[in-house]
Amino acid sequence: MVDSLAYTPQITLDFEIGEKDFFVAGECASRVKKTLQQLGLKQDVIKRIAIIIYEAAMNVAIHATSGRLVVHVEPDAITIRTEDVGAGIEDIDLAMKEGYSTASYEIREMGFGAGMGLSNIKQCSDDLNIESRVGVGTTLNARVFFRDERRHEGA
Amino acid sequence: MTVRELAETLGLEVLTGETNLMRPVRSGYTSDLLSDVIANIGDDAVWITIQRHVNILGVAKLKDVSAVIIPRKLELEESFLEKARQEGIAVLRGAPSAFELSALVYELLKRG
Repeated sequence: MVDSLAYTPQITLDFEIGEKDFFVAGECASRVKKTLQQLGLKQDVIKRIAIIIYEAAMNVAIHATSGRLVVHVEPDAITIRTEDVGAGIEDIDLAMKEGYSTASYEIREMGFGAGMGLSNIKQCSDDLNIESRVGVGTTLNARVFFRDERRHEGA
Repeated sequence: MTVRELAETLGLEVLTGETNLMRPVRSGYTSDLLSDVIANIGDDAVWITIQRHVNILGVAKLKDVSAVIIPRKLELEESFLEKARQEGIAVLRGAPSAFELSALVYELLKRG
């Protein structure tokens, strides 16, 4: 297990996410997890990354009409980015609060939309940026550094 | 303890044939909120839940669960079991409630 990768792999993984396409979130996260395991990254770092990817992809599937998730692996960090076309977020601070959700009853009944997604993402990220325009869409950028001591540095 | 041993000891139905029966079980988690499971389920865990739609299999696969356990003999659709077999996830089912199943699994794992 390593803190940083010895070479520059420059891997980019790109996934399309359709409206209400809930299964794809698990698929994206599983695919990236497998890639990172092959690169020999630490298990706890991979776990954090998988949570971010799952939750970010689920947000797109639940709230947007279309979107994509792009994962970029660098030697010492990973960037997870989602871009969607959809409702957007009115109040990002409120959306970050654990338990706050705008998901429909049907979505909640399936066990999604508990209002834990963004707070899960924040907890697992070293760096998180969300930009949103109501009625247009949302862009989320999360970064995880492979070295634990850099966790939440400057956050 | 393997998934097979756990199923036999607790008298649980195995709904996915031979799928993943030799996997070890070392922990368990009971929850119907997927974000909660994603964040908190442990390694080699059985996941006790009443959710029975195919999307939970994405979570089960991602967290590499040893088995999903469905309480109260709840009905399952064949499409769910088919997908579980495809993804290599064992699905078990029992008569007790989620609360009771949690206690039974906990006791069993504690005994080792």
